Amino acid sequence: MSNPLNISPSPHIHTTETTRKLMSGVIIALVPAVISSVLFFGAGAAIVMSTAIISCVAFEYLIQRFILGKPVSITDGSAVVTGLLLGLNLPSNIPVLSIVMGSLVAIGVAKMTFGGLGNNPFNPALVGRVFMLISFPVQMTTWPVPKGFSTGYTDAVTGATPLALIKEGLKNGESLSQLMNNVPETIDMILGKMGGSIGEVSALALLIGLVYMLFKKIITWHIPVSVIGSLMGFTAILWLINPEAYASPVFHLLSGGLLLGAIFMATDYVTSPMSAVGMIIYGCGIGLLTAVIRIWGAYPEGVSFAILIMNAFVPLMNAYIKPKKFGEEVKNG
Amino acid sequence: MSSTVIITIISLTLLAIVSAVILYFVAQKFKIFEDPRIDDVQAVLPAANCGGCGFAGCRNFAEALVGAENFDGLNCPVGGNAVMSQVAVILGKTAVQVDPKVAVLLCNGSPEFRPRTSKYDGVEDCRIQHSLYSGETDCSYGCLGNGDCVRACQFDAMYMDQKTLLPVIIDDKCVSCGACVKACPRNLIELRKKAKKDRKIYVACSNCDKGGPAKKACSVACIGCSKCFKVCEFGAITIKNNLAYIDAAKCTFCRKCVTECPTNSILEINFPPRKEKTAAVAETIAN
Amino acid sequence: MLKSFPSGGVHPPEFKLTAGLQIRQLPVPALVTIPVSQHIGAPAAVLVKKGDNVKTGQLIASVTGFVSSNIHSSVSGTVNKIDTVTDTTGYKQTAVFIDASGDDWMETIDRSSSLVREIKASQAEIIEKCKESGIVGLGGATFPSHVKLSVPKGKKCEVLIINGVECEPYLTSDHRLMLEKGEEVLTGVSILMKALGVEKAMIGIENNKKDAVSHLGKLSSGYKGITVHALKVKYPQGAEKQLIKALTGREVPSGHLPVDVGAVVHNVGTAFAVYEAVQKNKPLFERVVTITGKSLSNPGNYLVRVGTPLKNLIEAAGGQPEDTGKIISGGPMMGKAIPGDGVPVVKGTSGIVLFPQPDSVRNAVNPCIRCAKCTFACPMNLEPFLLATLSAKGMFERAENEKITDCMECGSCSYTCPAARPLLDYIRLGKSTVIKLARQKNLK
Repeated sequence: MSNPLNISPSPHIHTTETTRKLMSGVIIALVPAVISSVLFFGAGAAIVMSTAIISCVAFEYLIQRFILGKPVSITDGSAVVTGLLLGLNLPSNIPVLSIVMGSLVAIGVAKMTFGGLGNNPFNPALVGRVFMLISFPVQMTTWPVPKGFSTGYTDAVTGATPLALIKEGLKNGESLSQLMNNVPETIDMILGKMGGSIGEVSALALLIGLVYMLFKKIITWHIPVSVIGSLMGFTAILWLINPEAYASPVFHLLSGGLLLGAIFMATDYVTSPMSAVGMIIYGCGIGLLTAVIRIWGAYPEGVSFAILIMNAFVPLMNAYIKPKKFGEEVKNG
Repeated sequence: MSSTVIITIISLTLLAIVSAVILYFVAQKFKIFEDPRIDDVQAVLPAANCGGCGFAGCRNFAEALVGAENFDGLNCPVGGNAVMSQVAVILGKTAVQVDPKVAVLLCNGSPEFRPRTSKYDGVEDCRIQHSLYSGETDCSYGCLGNGDCVRACQFDAMYMDQKTLLPVIIDDKCVSCGACVKACPRNLIELRKKAKKDRKIYVACSNCDKGGPAKKACSVACIGCSKCFKVCEFGAITIKNNLAYIDAAKCTFCRKCVTECPTNSILEINFPPRKEKTAAVAETIAN
Repeated sequence: MLKSFPSGGVHPPEFKLTAGLQIRQLPVPALVTIPVSQHIGAPAAVLVKKGDNVKTGQLIASVTGFVSSNIHSSVSGTVNKIDTVTDTTGYKQTAVFIDASGDDWMETIDRSSSLVREIKASQAEIIEKCKESGIVGLGGATFPSHVKLSVPKGKKCEVLIINGVECEPYLTSDHRLMLEKGEEVLTGVSILMKALGVEKAMIGIENNKKDAVSHLGKLSSGYKGITVHALKVKYPQGAEKQLIKALTGREVPSGHLPVDVGAVVHNVGTAFAVYEAVQKNKPLFERVVTITGKSLSNPGNYLVRVGTPLKNLIEAAGGQPEDTGKIISGGPMMGKAIPGDGVPVVKGTSGIVLFPQPDSVRNAVNPCIRCAKCTFACPMNLEPFLLATLSAKGMFERAENEKITDCMECGSCSYTCPAARPLLDYIRLGKSTVIKLARQKNLK
């Protein structure tokens, strides 16, 4: 007989899917958003995204190799995805140093301290973004307006996002119908010609990414549909009650970071629940919290906070919301 | 001082006094009477909580000691006779002198002696490999080398030798708690009486197959030929299921069996080299 | 819309390389090693000794206890010795070694190939015949059929379900049997219906065997109460509980048996063996085995005598390819990797798959990314990531509460995990430990 035979327990075949392929799939799904960000915000967007990706990968390498002394795993693609998502959540004129610090917090604090990939309870990109929001409040709330492709970076012209416009205006007592004249047209909001973070503006690009990920079975429909559905449902109720005080559900869908959050941030494997029912409850919680923060909270946008708050409930959901087992005997009274 | 400050001081003081009184009465009501000797005994135990005594932790063992009539069957292998004497003093009982023990692996099947005939590609876990098949060699009794025993040891007394693919027990650190014995799915580790200078003589084999298949699988297997049994003048050796076993209680270290064994299955550890030529034949494991 | 089980499952590539190849007879080997335990339950007691002359089909080891099975000689010749041989358990088991000479069958066996449709035996006689003939579940589980046919008091069987699904990749022995021995299979099904006292039988066949579906479908019009159903191609469609759910909509409750929902499941191969036993007085000593693999030069489906060394089967298929890295007895999802070609073919051997070296090693293990693909893939709706972690950490009591014993070890979780984590390895460990601890507790 030639070589000794291999013996292992069954199964002896395996799917061709790997962690790296899943991460690559997410990156591919983000390509339309990357392209739209550069189209609308120019070189600044490119600088922001590359800085975020390089810092995240670099910090993961340095921490794993020199501080933890563990094998380096940057090739699994998760740090690249964190960096890319962090970058897409930022304004195109944010200084490089802020991005580097945000990446350090995202990877170092939110991911590595918990044990690396698979162990973090909170979405690392969002933790990084919220850290930056609190530490650099002015830069993180000044949004360049899209002026087509330009080579400018920190010298971009800035303006308010649609959500901020509405919030400030309502506070000042203006009527909603008046304010809605100042926000971009719906078609512009779908394509992405509005102020906001570089990844959140183009609804069309994000939806293309959603379709790609669903087709490739990278994510399931449960979380995006429940986030979007609950947000639109809740705002629809309020809008029907008083259209002068509350913006329409379509406006809420297309403005701010809702689509980016629902499709790419909330669907992060590690920080989302592990049962279908759990995912739907999680998604509804995010949608409702986002609406509450947007309408009654201090910030004009609430998706990041809503997701982080719901992340905290995920271990509880995993412990108590379990799939109904096959042949589970229903306990009668 | 302003009235706010005075009111604050008075109200906080009253709050503190009322809380203290409530806590005192609650503590009295829910007080559990515990024999104070349990704390004293626990203090002299090694606090390793290894379970070697057979109880769930040192506190549990201390409770058992205080409640027991005598020390029959009660022994802390980690602390040994020193600790048991101290406990005896506290409780006013007599400690039984127990022979210290050390863990010994009853297998010497390194790749040099026991050729590998297949490659195991599953999880590195002895229990899993054991339930799957006989192992990477033709000996279905021998060590699988995945290190369940090494992982079970809480005293850093074991490591896996990368050349022999067998676990090595460091005599100085082994406290004979028995964790490795329980961990091995093939029951290859035995707690044997610890002799002076850490000397040992044992049959380093657990193969119960008949001589032919045993020898074919491993060149240092015990073939159950009974030569050792015949040469032992002290009746320390028994043969059962084609396998010889040396009783450490009866063995006098005369080493006749080591010389007699045709497959070098019996090992003599920490003995001076012999003058006769046959000494070269006997296997020793380097420390 | 094809029927299927509702949740979970995976779809591995089918590789039915031998689906179009007719069953051939493998020549009788010179030496057979027949293990005395080829079934679930107590091993059979050896009745012969060295030097005895035996005939093909002669009883050589008998039932011991209620759950046990008879073993018959598959060749005629002289008993060489009673010794041990390594079988698919991975360990050496007692076996009867017989040197074959000629092929002298017991006179009581009807060797004619004509179809015998009239079922003269009574219900009790059928069950007794199955016991006599050593019939066990030929789908791979090898549960003694006469025990399964004895419905316990207080329980009622309403429908017989015949498993013609063969959902494992590579295997085609059941497929060929349905195509080439359709009438015999259906007569066997009728015999089983009589044994159970039911009027209704449903045959489930996966839709990648459309020719078998139409062939048996056509033939079944001549048999009372038998219907043929095409099922969606998804693994593990052939798992007992999933098959019952797909065909009848009933879910077998956790910890219970199929008969508790009025169903009994038998494999098509078992139905064929029952036909031969009851109508031809032929005990079980040979079966159809698929020998297949990407690198084999001559894969095929063979009628093989029990006890034939694997070596003979591989030689007939063109010899073991140079690059062989793994030999699997059974299918690639639930089969057992065996350490050598000296292992004998036994009653439960449905197929032998040879893997080339690159397909034989596992992928590197990565950390769990909590993607929940394993949970979505589990046909029993368990949470494999949790059960595996609990077992690895020794938290067996909690694993028992999470119903680790419901796991049927189908392998869908390990198959689908993108991080290539060895989920089923640990779950099996946990399951066996939980069962062992429960048994110890019951004995106290």
